[in-house]
Amino acid sequence: MLLEGKTGKWEIICGLEIHCQIISKSKIFSSASTHYGSDTNQNVSFVDAGMPGMLPTLNEECVKQAVKTGLGLRAQINKYSEFSRKNYFYADLPQGYQITQFVHPIVGEGVVTIDLDDGTTKDIRIERLHIEQDAAKSIHDMSPTKSFIDLNRCGIGLMEIVTKPDFRSPEEAGAFLKKLRSIVRYLGTCDGNMNEGSMRCDASISIRPLGEKELRPRAEIKNVNSVKFAMQAIEFEAKRQLELYENGGTMEQETCRFDAATGTTKFMRKKEFANDYRYFPEPDLPPLVLTDEYIENIRKELPELPDAKKTRFVENMGLTKYDATIICENKEVADFFEKAAAGHDGKKVANWLMGDFFAMLNRKNLTIENSPVSAENLGKLVGLIENNTISGKVAKDVFEIMSETGENPEKIVEEKGLKQVTDSSAIEAIVDQVIAANPDNVTAFRNGKTNLKGWFVGQVLKESKGKANPQIVNELLDKKL
Amino acid sequence: MSVDTQTVKKIAFLSHLKIDDDKIDTVGAEFNKIISWVEQLNEANTDNVEPLVSVNDTKLTLRKDEVVEGNQADKILKNAPAAEYDYFVVPKVVE
Repeated sequence: MLLEGKTGKWEIICGLEIHCQIISKSKIFSSASTHYGSDTNQNVSFVDAGMPGMLPTLNEECVKQAVKTGLGLRAQINKYSEFSRKNYFYADLPQGYQITQFVHPIVGEGVVTIDLDDGTTKDIRIERLHIEQDAAKSIHDMSPTKSFIDLNRCGIGLMEIVTKPDFRSPEEAGAFLKKLRSIVRYLGTCDGNMNEGSMRCDASISIRPLGEKELRPRAEIKNVNSVKFAMQAIEFEAKRQLELYENGGTMEQETCRFDAATGTTKFMRKKEFANDYRYFPEPDLPPLVLTDEYIENIRKELPELPDAKKTRFVENMGLTKYDATIICENKEVADFFEKAAAGHDGKKVANWLMGDFFAMLNRKNLTIENSPVSAENLGKLVGLIENNTISGKVAKDVFEIMSETGENPEKIVEEKGLKQVTDSSAIEAIVDQVIAANPDNVTAFRNGKTNLKGWFVGQVLKESKGKANPQIVNELLDKKL
Repeated sequence: MSVDTQTVKKIAFLSHLKIDDDKIDTVGAEFNKIISWVEQLNEANTDNVEPLVSVNDTKLTLRKDEVVEGNQADKILKNAPAAEYDYFVVPKVVE
């Protein structure tokens, strides 16, 4: 996307930093629980509280999850990595420093392929992934003069994923966040819930006249908590900078926050007031050294990721790229589809899934996990259409009953007597009856009003209560009219 | 290396410490004393010596992912200058 300014075309340059909370039972440097929603300050060890003399111990699961994520991002895994202290003084960090990785992160450069709305893909380069501890949760709205601090979140493992400045539009950034969320969910390394804060995003945005080589100063937007907000924030900030430049202004590197209520970015601070973190090597943790064998064992455990699944669905199950992209975004949907499509026409199952099935979930405000219609039953319904037991039209009625009762469609068809009539003589009787009852239309048809054919088909189907096989009806009408 | 007034002010700011203007020079002099003492290290010849991250030559041992601590809000909050409803309470900090 290019911005159309008064002075010409401008290009957006955007990079993202995403903090993903690692899925693990205990915190990254202490044995306290990571459980979300526990009572205040109950998931806190003396390490998390920054008590003097307490020492961090690294959780093996957090290391494994970071390596797994790195492999999912097709990234270099660094066998040697180090921890550093990032010093800052704030109420949400009792230690006075965050243990993070600075010079040598656990994961280096990688790549994520994003799917764009026009059907094309683009590779986004990953700069690095490092592991660190989360800060506490501060509550500011309980009192006008005081802040309340809950250390339950303090010390939960985070993966900070940094991209190269490869995004040229809000859409690309949105597509990346969706793809990253999909990857970490498939891997089971982060639950990816942006609204609960388990995945948080900062965006760096600058613009430049199309063709200019140098990068201009950027604005960093902190803690955007949904894909939609990230896209809005990038668009707003890019347009703000365009207006600034075109009115003769200049940009300085600055930090802002996104205000979801107004869809605008709000200035926070200039770079000169930025924190000076005074990083130094963490003396309490020696360097982390991994072996090839360790990394390869994790590689063997990797599940099929969304891109590979998508390709397989297109090549082996007859889906279009568009269908496959939508179905594979969410692992639960992909698994459901695969179960439903076993032994049936994949494309037909996909149509039902993305049409009536999703519409039903939306209407009932349900997720796929608690759908009344099981994958097997959806597959059976498609099977009944495939073997001509019911017509597509009757299938819709059967589906309605299934979504109310959760019953097996074969049983519904049997009990309600909805089986399609394929017995020619039975249909022939109805055809004869319809022809005899409508002599005027028969004459009109024979005099050239051939579009009345559809009307006859409709009448016959109606008389048969939708059960007559439409193909046989058509053939008989052709013969008799 | 010597620490000037600006640096003392900046470090005080980053550490959230209030240092009265008439104390800045004294604190600066103390910084300089510490630094010149540490600067003795410059006398050591470090040619051909790899930078060192840790003096421990031990391997980092990893901990099993098990929850064995918690449910001790009372102990965690015992030394808090102010606590309400099991939260630590601090002067309002919001940017």
